[in-house]
Amino acid sequence: MGRVYLPATLETVFEILSREPSARLFAGGTDLLVRSSAVRRNEGSLVCLERVEGLSGISESDGAVRIGACTTHGELMAGGLITERFPILREAVRHIGAPAVRNMGTIGGNICTASPAGDSLPALYVLDAEVELHSAKGQRRMPLGRFISGPGLTALEPGEVLAAVWIDKDQGFNFHHFEKVGQRKAMAISVASMAFAAHLDGAGSVVRARCALGSVAPKVFTSQALDAFFAGKPLNEETLGAAAALVREGVSPISDVRASEEYRRTVAGNLLMRLEGARAAVR
Amino acid sequence: MKRKITFILNGSEVSIETDPALRAVDVLRQDLGLTGTKEGCGEGECGACSVLVDDTVKLSCLMTAAQLEGKKIVTIEGIARRQELHPVQQSFIEYGAVQCGFCTPGMVIAAVGLLTANPAPTREEVRDAIGGNICRCTGYQKIVDAVEDAARKMREGHSGG
Repeated sequence: MGRVYLPATLETVFEILSREPSARLFAGGTDLLVRSSAVRRNEGSLVCLERVEGLSGISESDGAVRIGACTTHGELMAGGLITERFPILREAVRHIGAPAVRNMGTIGGNICTASPAGDSLPALYVLDAEVELHSAKGQRRMPLGRFISGPGLTALEPGEVLAAVWIDKDQGFNFHHFEKVGQRKAMAISVASMAFAAHLDGAGSVVRARCALGSVAPKVFTSQALDAFFAGKPLNEETLGAAAALVREGVSPISDVRASEEYRRTVAGNLLMRLEGARAAVR
Repeated sequence: MKRKITFILNGSEVSIETDPALRAVDVLRQDLGLTGTKEGCGEGECGACSVLVDDTVKLSCLMTAAQLEGKKIVTIEGIARRQELHPVQQSFIEYGAVQCGFCTPGMVIAAVGLLTANPAPTREEVRDAIGGNICRCTGYQKIVDAVEDAARKMREGHSGG
């Protein structure tokens, strides 16, 4: 069995990675450790990031909120700042697993696993999140949409660590909705999910909208044409029916043990139709 | 490859020499003989291996032994106060919330974790708290009833047993 490192600083993480480039990073372990000790016996070293300084916690700086990569989903839900500023992120994270999984799994892990079904991802896309990456050479930032390039594929370079997620404080949305379709409420991997946020004017027409769907394409599905389509329109059956058609055309789902391609395509559009009811519920 | 790992287990400090890459559940059950913590699926899906880590419910099958270092761990063996059952345990007995018993340690840990953070949960919050704990016998209703009863007892200051 490989070693398990529990470093306290990023410098130590970089040293370990330069010595053992094949060592794998994890925080909550809810994806990487889903295998028995017997299987892991033949695998390489693990680096647990849970105690690395600067990777945990939520902080505010001018204009933006920084969420440490090792902040757990449970901590995100409890954080007043997230509930107040980014309710759609809290709502998305609430749909992950169950309490024990949310007490272990982290936002950074959800991003780096880069599963098309990662439940925090559609909300993070809607909020235009950026990732902060550190390596021995320094640090860089990039939009989440560029960081994730496909299932399990990210722009992380060898020796690089995701340290934090940045979200602009002023999103200007006054309506949001997250919905996930799974095989049951708790512990379900999404069959399809949707995060939607909009600025609605006094008459209920969309000034600006952002929509992202999970589990219906190799990465989170977003479309500038779709977002632009909502502008100036109310969230009624006619608007949403046309938006649903755009979504069903645009997505590229797969068939797997959880659902067929056709089912996912249909449901992806149906999720848009739910916005009318969601809007009515908060009016 | 063994390493010394020191942590607080059910109120007492323990130091063990073990392989840090083992899963925490294996250390608890095999190295320490605390077989109250069950391994169901070994994949984080069933909740049977739940333990409290610094008062937070976590799954011991998804933790490495290394991560126990310096933590305060409570297993089902540490829930009762000496000979006196915890109110959650007492309510599980009174409400018939235990059938085969395999999920019970994880259910009790999940319930204690909930009631520590939220002493007056709604029924929906109780259901959410045990959402990751699978029971194939009871149909869950009696478990939810028991947790609600335990919450009442704890709020009224009953110690249980």
